[in-house]
Amino acid sequence: MPELPKRNSTLEVLGVSVLLAAITLFTVIGFAHDWMPPVASRHGVGVDGVLRYLFRATGPILVIGAVAVIGFLWRYGRGRPTASPSTSHKTELLWSIVPVIGMMAVTEVGVVVKGMPVWEEIEATPPANALAIEVTGQQFEWIVRYPGPDGKFGRTSPDLVDKANPAGLDRNDPAALDDIVVRNQLHVPVDQPVYVQLRGRDVLHSFTVAALRVKQDVMPGIFTRALFVPTVVGRYEIQCTQVCGMGHYRMHGAVYVETPQQFHDWLSHKTGWLQQ
Amino acid sequence: MSEHHSSHERQSFWTHYVFSTDHKMIGKQYYFTAMFMALFATAWSLLLRIHLAWPDKTWPVLGRLFPGLFQEGVLLPERYLSLVTMHGTVMIFFVVSIALVSGFGNFIIPLQIGARDMAYPFLNMLSYWTIVPACLLMLGSFFVPDGAAGSGWTAYPPLSAVPEAAPGSGMGQTLWILAMALFIASFTMGGLNFVTTILNCRTRGLSMMRLPLMIWTLFVASILGILAFPALTAAAIMLLLDRLGPTSFFLPAGLVFGGTVLQHAGGTPLLFQHLFWFLGHPEVYVLVLPALGIAFEVVTVFGRRPVFGYQTSVWALLVVAVLSMIVWGHHMFVSGMNPAIGEYFSIATVSITAPFAILAMNLVASLWRAELRLSPALLFVLALMASVGIGGLGGVFLATLTSDIYLHNSYFVVGHFHLMIAVVTFFAIFAGTYLWYPKMFGRQLNETLGKLHFWLTVPGVIVGFVGMHFLGMGGEQRHLYDPNAYQFLQHLQWLNVVITFALGSAAVAQIIFLANFFWSLRFGPQAAPNPWEATTLEWTTPSPAPHGNWPGELPVAYRGPYEYRVGGAAFTPQNKPDFVAPSRAPVPA
Repeated sequence: MPELPKRNSTLEVLGVSVLLAAITLFTVIGFAHDWMPPVASRHGVGVDGVLRYLFRATGPILVIGAVAVIGFLWRYGRGRPTASPSTSHKTELLWSIVPVIGMMAVTEVGVVVKGMPVWEEIEATPPANALAIEVTGQQFEWIVRYPGPDGKFGRTSPDLVDKANPAGLDRNDPAALDDIVVRNQLHVPVDQPVYVQLRGRDVLHSFTVAALRVKQDVMPGIFTRALFVPTVVGRYEIQCTQVCGMGHYRMHGAVYVETPQQFHDWLSHKTGWLQQ
Repeated sequence: MSEHHSSHERQSFWTHYVFSTDHKMIGKQYYFTAMFMALFATAWSLLLRIHLAWPDKTWPVLGRLFPGLFQEGVLLPERYLSLVTMHGTVMIFFVVSIALVSGFGNFIIPLQIGARDMAYPFLNMLSYWTIVPACLLMLGSFFVPDGAAGSGWTAYPPLSAVPEAAPGSGMGQTLWILAMALFIASFTMGGLNFVTTILNCRTRGLSMMRLPLMIWTLFVASILGILAFPALTAAAIMLLLDRLGPTSFFLPAGLVFGGTVLQHAGGTPLLFQHLFWFLGHPEVYVLVLPALGIAFEVVTVFGRRPVFGYQTSVWALLVVAVLSMIVWGHHMFVSGMNPAIGEYFSIATVSITAPFAILAMNLVASLWRAELRLSPALLFVLALMASVGIGGLGGVFLATLTSDIYLHNSYFVVGHFHLMIAVVTFFAIFAGTYLWYPKMFGRQLNETLGKLHFWLTVPGVIVGFVGMHFLGMGGEQRHLYDPNAYQFLQHLQWLNVVITFALGSAAVAQIIFLANFFWSLRFGPQAAPNPWEATTLEWTTPSPAPHGNWPGELPVAYRGPYEYRVGGAAFTPQNKPDFVAPSRAPVPA
C-alpha cells in the first residue's frame, strides 16, 4: 500500500520552494510599501521611525529564515542521501544563543532605544502653552469642549446630560457659562501643543487620528489624555477604534489643523453653549 | 488479548460512542465537535468578508437564508458585530482549543506515553460532556431576543455589562458568559487530567526528557490553562453579577444610557481588561505551543532525523510559559493604564521573542541534513513555519509600545492574530490529521487529495491574512461595519476585495479536506501499525489502537523519542531494547 513517501519529484520541490519564496516576497514587498497616511504630528515622526526601524530589523530575519528553509528543502528534499544528522549538544546550545542575542538586540532596541523617547514625548506633562480641549466619547459621537475666554472648564454632571446640553454643563457654575461645545470636530492651531483630556460616560471608545498617530482609549471613570503637536495644516478624520455598539462604524469626526489666524477666527466666532 | 482487557470489550453503543471514558473516543468526540463548530464559525466569517468587500451591495438570497441577520438583503450593523464576536469566540475556544488541545491531546497523550488511558477517565468524559452544553448555548444565543453577543470576543464592559448599551448586550451576552464559564470548567478538568497523566502514567523507562515534544507542549499548555483560566472565571462571574445584580465591579459612577444615569458606582472597566488578558495572553500560547508540538513531530517523521535541539526546545518552552504569564498588559497599551507599566509590559513582551526564536530556529534547523518526504503533513508544516515567521515578527510591531499606538486595534492586529492562532494552529491541525489519521481511524488518507488541499489552501490564507496587515498600516480599524465610512480609507477598499477572494477560495478548498476525511473513513486503504516508520510509542500498537491501547503488555521506553538514522539504523522505535542492532554488527569482509 502507498505509505511512507520515498522520494519527491524535483518539480514538486521546486514548486514548494517557489511558493515559500513567493510568500516571503509578498510579505516583504507589502510591508515595504508606504500604506500609512502622511504623518502630520511631531511625535508621529518618531512613531513612524520606530515602525521603519522594526521593518528594517525584522525583514532581514524573515528573509534569512526563508532562505534557510528553501535551501534545506532544495538540498535535502530531492531524495539524495545525506550525512548523519546528529549534532553535538554544544552546536545546539550555540544555535540557541544566536537567536536569543539577535532577537533581544533587535526588539529591545526598538522598545527602549528607539521607542522610549517617543513614548515619553507622548506621555509628557503638557507644556504651559498647550491648548487644552476636552473630548467626551459617547455612543456614537464626540463631544468637544473648549474652556472659553476664561480658560477654565466649568463643572459638568451626568444628571444634566440631555440633547440640549450634550456636555452636561452646570448653569450654576460661572466657569461653565462660556464653555464652547461642538460635536465631532476639533479645531486646533498648527505647531502648538494640543492637550486632549478624554472622558467617557457610557462604554469604551478609542480616540484615534491616524494621520496624527494618536490613539487613546476613552474609559468611563478614568480620565485619559492625548498630547500632540500638529505640524501640517489639513483635515484629518477621527476614528473610534474600540468597538462601542451598533453605531461604532459611524462614530467619526474630524480634526481641523489650521493656521493660528484661522483658528483664532473660528474660536472667536463661537459663543458659550449655555449663552446661545 | 490479555485478561486485563477482556472486561473492557463488553461495551454497549452508548458507552462506546457516546458516554465513553476511552481517551481515544473522547479525543475523536472533541475533534468532531470542533469540526462541527468550525463549519458555523467559517460560514459566519464568509458572511462578514462578503459584506466587507461589497458593503453597499444587497444580497437578497443571503437575506432569505438568514432572515435574522439581514434586512432587505443588507447585513445589519448590530448583527455584523454579533457575527464578529461569535466567529472569534467559537474559533478560539470551541474550535482551535478543543481540536488542538482537547482533541489531539486526549488522543495522543496516553498513546505517546505508553498508558492504557488518562489518569481520570470519568473526569475526561465529564469534561467532554461539559463542552457540549457550552456549544449549544453559544449557538443557541443567536435565537434569543436581541440576538447573539456583540461586544467582541474580549467582551469588554461596560458594553458587555449593561444590557441597555446595545442590541446584542441582552440575553445573548448572558448566554455567552454562561457558555464561557462551562467551557472553562471543561478545559480545567481536561488540563488537570493532562498534567496528572503526563506526570504519573508514563510507562517504564519514559523519563520526562524522553517525552516527545508534542507531550511537552501539551504539558506546558495545560499548566498555563490551569493557572490562567481562573482569572477569566472570576471575571465572568463578576461580569454576570454586574449585569444581573447590583454590583459594580466594572462599572464606575456616572454612566449615562438613553438619558438615564445608572445607579452603579465604584468599579472600573480597566479591571476586567487586566483579568481578561491575564488569561487571554497565556491562552495564545495554550494554542500555539501544541501547534509547534505537532510541527516538531511531523518534521522528524517526514524529515527522518531527530529534532534539532530537543533539550533547548524543552527549556525554551518552559521560559515561554513563564514569560507568557507576565506580559498580558501589552494588549492594553492605549487603555489608559499607567504609562510606566506600559513600558514594563513592552520590555517583557519582546523578551518572549528570545525563547520563541529558539523554538522556531530549532524547527527550521530540523530540516538540516534531513531526508525530506513531502507528505501533506510536512507541506503544511513548511507553511506553518512561514506563518510563524511572519506572525512572530509582526508581533514585535505590536509588542513595541510606540508602534502599537498606531497599529492597536487596526487590521494589522487582526492579520497578526489570525496568522498566529488561526493559521499556525489550523495548519498544525491539518498536519496532525495527516500524520495521525491512520492511528485514529485505521485507514490512510488520500495523499494526492491532501496535496491538492495544501496547494489550494495556503496561497489564499497567506494573501488574506498578510493582506490584512497592509490594511491596518493604512489605518483601517477592526470591528468596522462599513469600511467606506471613512474617506481616508476608501482608497484601500480594493484590498478588502482581494482579501475576501483569497480567504473565500481557501475556505472553499476545505471541502477537499472534508471529502478526503470522510471518504477515507470508509474507503481509505487499511493502515499498518506504523505506516510512516516512526519511532514514538503510538506507532507500536495496531491501527486503530484497541481499547486499552496495547493488546499485550505496555511498551517500555529504552531511548529518546526521535532516533532516526542514529547509529546506522533507518529508525529505532522508542521501545526497542538497547542491544547492538544487526545493522551495527561488524560487516564481514
